[in-house]
Amino acid sequence: MAIKTRMSGNEAVAHAIKQINPDVMPAFPITPSTEIPQFVASMIANGEIDTEFIPVESEHSAMSATMGASAAGARAITATSSCGLALMWEVLYVAASSRLPIVMALVNRGLTGPLNINAEHSDSMGARDSGWIQIYAENNQEVYDNFLQAHRIAEHKDVHLPVMICQDGFITSHAVENITLWEDEPIKKFVGEYEPEHYLLKEDESMAVGPYAVSNYCMEAKKAQAEAMVRAKQVILDVAKEFEEVTGQKYGFFEEYKLEDAEYAVVAIGSVCGTAKDAVDKLRAEGVKAGLLKVRVFRPFPGEEMAKALKHCKAIAIMDRSESYSGNGGPLGAELTSALYHEKVTAEVVNVMYGLSGRDVRVNDMEEVFGWLAEMAEGKRTFSQYPYLGLREA
Amino acid sequence: MEQQKFNFREIQERPDRLAPGHRMCAGCGGTIAVRNVLKALHPGDKAVIGNATGCLEVSTYMYPYTAYEDSYIHSAFENAGATLSGVETAFHVLKKKGKISSDYKFITFGGDGGTYDIGLQSLSGAMERGHDMVYVCYDNGAYMNTGVQRSSATPMYADTTTTPSGRASDGKPQMRKDLAVIMAAHNIPYVAQTTFIGNMKDLYVKSERAIYTPGPAFLNICAPCPRGWKYDTADIMEICRLAVETCYWPLFEVVEGKWILNYKPKKKLPLEDFLVKQGRFKHLFQKGNEHLLEAFQKETDKRWEELLQKCEA
Repeated sequence: MAIKTRMSGNEAVAHAIKQINPDVMPAFPITPSTEIPQFVASMIANGEIDTEFIPVESEHSAMSATMGASAAGARAITATSSCGLALMWEVLYVAASSRLPIVMALVNRGLTGPLNINAEHSDSMGARDSGWIQIYAENNQEVYDNFLQAHRIAEHKDVHLPVMICQDGFITSHAVENITLWEDEPIKKFVGEYEPEHYLLKEDESMAVGPYAVSNYCMEAKKAQAEAMVRAKQVILDVAKEFEEVTGQKYGFFEEYKLEDAEYAVVAIGSVCGTAKDAVDKLRAEGVKAGLLKVRVFRPFPGEEMAKALKHCKAIAIMDRSESYSGNGGPLGAELTSALYHEKVTAEVVNVMYGLSGRDVRVNDMEEVFGWLAEMAEGKRTFSQYPYLGLREA
Repeated sequence: MEQQKFNFREIQERPDRLAPGHRMCAGCGGTIAVRNVLKALHPGDKAVIGNATGCLEVSTYMYPYTAYEDSYIHSAFENAGATLSGVETAFHVLKKKGKISSDYKFITFGGDGGTYDIGLQSLSGAMERGHDMVYVCYDNGAYMNTGVQRSSATPMYADTTTTPSGRASDGKPQMRKDLAVIMAAHNIPYVAQTTFIGNMKDLYVKSERAIYTPGPAFLNICAPCPRGWKYDTADIMEICRLAVETCYWPLFEVVEGKWILNYKPKKKLPLEDFLVKQGRFKHLFQKGNEHLLEAFQKETDKRWEELLQKCEA
């Protein structure tokens, strides 16, 4: 029997951790992810899980210790946000290239400049080329379900890559919403035991991790890693299918919300999609063919699949909650526009910057974006630059 | 702790756990340190070796060859302490869960760059948390891997590529950081300072004690670098002897907070005897630089006196 209850996104991740019962969790507190290690420490103190918590002295050490534990043969996890992820940067690459199936709970918050603690995707988007799989959530239910699927994806023999399970700081991590929790027994069976093939503490063989590789070998290692990321696509779909058999919840690379016959489409990541759905419903009631493509998997990037799903649209708004400071838009805008080109999609496209540093986005803001799309499709509006949504004029 | 009797021959006959064929320089002090520390593992005991980025790492684990008999992990420059603390914690969980039955020792190596400087925070954290591991610093007193830049372990007045001596420079202006004191202030069960002396008994005994003392331990090994210090490769043992006989590098232990002096020269030699053998101090022996030698001698004397007080020797 599934349990219907209410909890925050951070609590949902903690509940997933409780059901997974991982071996080692090094972590260093940072808002808004701090609650996750706190919940885990409480569960350990109450004897509810066997996990060993390492109260490291920094996020750099958190990722280093997580890497050490994973290489040693343990199921290792960590949690962080924003500057914490930035401090881990160097080791993110080392962990991915060492092909360690680490799972991280990332509570998205903007990188400092100015200091701000609210939702933004600049932390994970900055790490988009570090070799980690990235899966995003709209709400507490999704972050819970995504976390439960993460180890299966990371540890799969075709993948062996670390996974970042992302949710929006405060909006998802702290807001208490309804949620359905799955029973322990089937979930434990679904997640399974971690049985690595090679690890430092394997008693009948020694192994070495983290070599110096000269140019004669290094490029092949990088290609092998890139291929694993490509193979992860099928594994993500297979794991989602199996998860559906256990829970009835359906997951893919992205969710298409009233997109099938949509003329105007918004593409977005994370909690703003809930707001966008309300706007779509409202516009549909008015006879406007509005739709949403909600990105769940950003790494590996399902560009071809997204472009095909958007092919029939007249105008598309690609929403970014992260500046690239390229003078040319955000990361989702850049990558999806490129994918649309390859699919020969001829829709009008605008890249919209929204919600930076936790700037609120309301239903009428999303309606405004759909309004732009209609005007663009009719040739009545063009953007010389990528617009900022909800920017104060004075 | 079960400490074994020092039997030079038996120990030297133990198979090397750092295999020959690595790419470290001939006469490298770092390699001598690693080989001898690993000799202190009792035959048959398992270990996981950690390593900070540096000469040792890039020369002993160059894909696809590793020189280590034991499991080995390197991840970055500044995180050897944290990385091995993750391995050690994983060991406890896997043991608790019955997934492994063997015991393991955890030993990590870093140069003075990875230990005194960029890795100090990670080392401090690992020691403070009490992981059952040994952190070994092979201290050659500069960033040798990148080409002899000064570190906080570089002795005063040394000529390095970022503190070159010249008409307007006497070499490194600052005194050396005393890391063993900092580690002792962590109140860990065992801290020791050693180098290559005689039949390596001091190094062996301290390594064994560090490895087999439960809880965190720190070993600081003076490991000369012929390229950075500019001396004849064959002179390494003499250089180390002079470092000890001049009291530049005293041999001591801190056992459960108690300071113990392991060797007190009958007649302390002047610091000059140690410095004159090394090209990096050549400028100190030019006319008009006598005051520099004097200042360096004074600083060495002061530190030696402080140590004697700590050890009540």
